[in-house]
Amino acid sequence: MIDDFILRAALAGVGVALAAAPLGCFVVWRRMVYFGDATAHASVLGVALALALDLPVFTGAMAIALMMAMTVYWLSERGHAMDTLLGVLAHSALAVGLVAVSFVQGVRLDLMAYLFGDILAVTPADLTTIWIGAALVAGLIAWRWSPWLTATLSPDLAQASGIDPRREGLILTLALAVVVAVAIKVVGVLLIAALLLVPAAAARPLARTPEAMVAWAAGIGVVSALSGLWGAFQFDTPTGPTIVTAAALIFLGTTLVASLRR
Amino acid sequence: MSLIDATGLTVRHGDHTVLQSVDFSIDAGEIVTIVGPNGSGKSTLVRALVGAAPLQAGQIRRSPDLRIGYVPQKLHIEPTLPMPVLRFLSLPQRVPHDLAMEALARTGVADLAARPMSGLSGGQFQRVLLARALLTRPNLLVLDEATQGLDQPGSAAFYRLIEELRETMGCAVLMVSHELHVVMSASDRVVCLNGHVCCHGTPDIVASAPEYRALFGTGTKGALALYRHDHDHHHDHDHDHDHSHGAEH
Repeated sequence: MIDDFILRAALAGVGVALAAAPLGCFVVWRRMVYFGDATAHASVLGVALALALDLPVFTGAMAIALMMAMTVYWLSERGHAMDTLLGVLAHSALAVGLVAVSFVQGVRLDLMAYLFGDILAVTPADLTTIWIGAALVAGLIAWRWSPWLTATLSPDLAQASGIDPRREGLILTLALAVVVAVAIKVVGVLLIAALLLVPAAAARPLARTPEAMVAWAAGIGVVSALSGLWGAFQFDTPTGPTIVTAAALIFLGTTLVASLRR
Repeated sequence: MSLIDATGLTVRHGDHTVLQSVDFSIDAGEIVTIVGPNGSGKSTLVRALVGAAPLQAGQIRRSPDLRIGYVPQKLHIEPTLPMPVLRFLSLPQRVPHDLAMEALARTGVADLAARPMSGLSGGQFQRVLLARALLTRPNLLVLDEATQGLDQPGSAAFYRLIEELRETMGCAVLMVSHELHVVMSASDRVVCLNGHVCCHGTPDIVASAPEYRALFGTGTKGALALYRHDHDHHHDHDHDHDHSHGAEH
């Protein structure tokens, strides 16, 4: 039986890593890191609502992540200064979420699992959700790859090629919300943005094309997830931080190698 | 028939009227420059002409065989995004290798094909953008402040390249610029814009129009002198070079 839940944990980690890595590249390229953070932190409120209303956690997190993503997207379209506003929204949502969770009976002890992830408790149903979400996002990125890349380079250039950069940005934002929702169980809300960002950043020195960077980021994400899982099991540490620590070590490695080569 | 023929264009951003009843047309093979101060609606006019800005009023007739090659303002590529020149040309549509190389050769940057975009100088970067615009074999090249950030010799060389391309490819060119001296000398026609068309005509006519002088005032004396030097040697300033070579120093 012990093998079963480790296998599920591994599959969950790999699934999330595969979806997060290519999306993470866009997050890095478009300077959306803080945006990802805000969306992820806000989803705690969704978790609280789901627990209170007896809904699946995934549904609640997804709903709030979507709402947050749309709000932030809408505000940025209207040219608001994002830095302060994002900070206020993200931390308020996180704080309100944590307060709300404490009102829901019996989940106080589980809070850590939502903040830092609890990959060893992944159920077969969770696994299905994660892989459907991951496949959806991966498929979306493969389908929209060229338009997204063009819109990321220059909205003007995209427009001139018949691409609507705002629509592409919106779809990207929605994909981000899906990844946030599926990743909660694996890394927890506090570190989802790290899972998007760190593998992509670690891949940058290794890649000469955008496609190569995505491939490297996916590889690094999978290695981080598996080694982080191993570490979490070995040292009895929370899975989210352990996975991100593994990714951070890889980032350190590739960055050092790149700077030595220069 | 004109490539683009627009009448009575009015564009508003919210309550602010950016363009008011602007007429504009460009014929095959023509080089037309739009000049105007900042915020005069130059870029908006270009965006409206290519169909990227919604109109409140007016109509635009585009020739059925119109193919636009668009060169944006200098764009910033994040250093986090690895993007070799050749790959850049294949966005959003894949382009056959020899076609891409041919376009790069036309703009004189074939040797940069494998280089990352983020490592290019300003002039190299603009030539790659121009090469990208040539891929669709355009009959209208649109350049929006394409020489921003280039020094004067750099932009003069760039405009010479544009004139060469017009000769060899026969495409019309629509430019937006504030670099009056270089641009005007290369243009067949100049449209001076400030929310509406202040004046238009050959560079000579526009340069001496009172509306143009009112807009650009004393700040352009040198530029006008440089331009007029070719055609009017009685000018006070005594340049010992003509504009088309002067910028090479």
